[in-house]
Amino acid sequence: MQVTMTVNGEPVTREVEARLLLVHFLRDHLALTGTHWGCDTSNCGACVVWLDGEPVKSCTVLAAMAGGHEVRTVEGLERNGSFDTLQRGFMACHGLQCGFCTPGMLMMTRALLDSNPDPSEQEIRDAISGQLCRCTGYASIVRSVQWAAADEAGTRASIVDEE
Amino acid sequence: MQVPAPFDYERATSVDHAVRLLDRLGGAARIVAGGHSLLPMMKLRLVNVEYLIDINDLHGELGYVRVEPNRVRIGAMTRHRELLESDDLRRLLPIFHDAERVIADPPVRNRGTIGGSLCQADPSEDLSAVCTSLDATCVIRGLAGERVVTMDEFYRGPYETAVGPAELLTEIRIPLRRGGSSAFEKVGRRAGDWAVVSCGVGVWLDGDMIADARVGLAAVGPNTTGIPAVSQALRGRPPSEELYVEAGAIAAEHCTPVTDQRGTVAYKRHLAAELTTRALRRAVERIGGEP
Repeated sequence: MQVTMTVNGEPVTREVEARLLLVHFLRDHLALTGTHWGCDTSNCGACVVWLDGEPVKSCTVLAAMAGGHEVRTVEGLERNGSFDTLQRGFMACHGLQCGFCTPGMLMMTRALLDSNPDPSEQEIRDAISGQLCRCTGYASIVRSVQWAAADEAGTRASIVDEE
Repeated sequence: MQVPAPFDYERATSVDHAVRLLDRLGGAARIVAGGHSLLPMMKLRLVNVEYLIDINDLHGELGYVRVEPNRVRIGAMTRHRELLESDDLRRLLPIFHDAERVIADPPVRNRGTIGGSLCQADPSEDLSAVCTSLDATCVIRGLAGERVVTMDEFYRGPYETAVGPAELLTEIRIPLRRGGSSAFEKVGRRAGDWAVVSCGVGVWLDGDMIADARVGLAAVGPNTTGIPAVSQALRGRPPSEELYVEAGAIAAEHCTPVTDQRGTVAYKRHLAAELTTRALRRAVERIGGEP
């Protein structure tokens, strides 16, 4: 079947099998390998992308179901060659070790800051409760999100690490 | 890599269209809503589907929480996140907010729907106990029109509901009765996991007496979405700590948990009693607000 969707602002059309999962469509058909394919069972959250602006686990959405919709992946976070504030926060606060969970963490926490620019630590932890970091670097991830929130609010000097 | 077996995919453009497709394609066709129960089962090849009918385009038609004077109507395509964020539900039926906070995780809640959860009828699924404790009814649409069934009639056992092969669950209706409230308690091993045990309670007072109470448990047996023996023990008595504990003991007697990686039979029975007690206490404490 033919499927057409918008990915990171670009319209794409491909001939696919109906059973193709969105994560494999992005990685294998569009070569957008920033989205990671982890547990395959909607537990780990490494595959989180946005579907019409909402984070979803792309291992549990068919490419066909995304047809006609807007998908945004971690590659779409960068704007005009500049990293998103969250990406800078993850760099500044050591928000990743192996990096496998990072695309999902970034897409989830970008959605969080878009709807709640000043989240509490608990709200950050709730937001990433569907993601696993097997390096167990949650404390640094939370700090990275706080760094980005403070940066976007213009109050970064008051908290944690320098860039 | 987990990949479903091949199938044909079609999108329904209306409820009637979905029902006509189901009627034409027969038992080999399945409806997919949020897909977070069905797709994992298809990936594990526990379910084989020849035709998949995607009803996500019907979210506009079937995604709603509508408050009427004597009831709340919830469209079957209403997503978990919408239930969690509904101010009306939080105010009128707080059990939904209690439960949705701990159902799966945020990205899964963005996709999964109430209709999909009820139709999956997984014995560990939380919303069946929620809807049963609220005395909900389910609206089922087929070629011949609509029929309305109670939750007891709807839930026939694990993975089995009253929805026929050419029918679609379209709406859940919850009566609003004065003097009542509700609560939900769950113990899970970690964020996003299925319940070790969870418990939903709806309770209604008449003066100082319990006029009616309904308790439903999840993850402790095939037929615990409603436990009538608890209701019988509570009706006509004044609420008290002793009564909540007594109700908990009855709930624990009337469930049939099994020992598995989530816990032993003894632990699950303990939780069934304790969570019933806590949920009753919390539901009664909440009474006094709106109807």
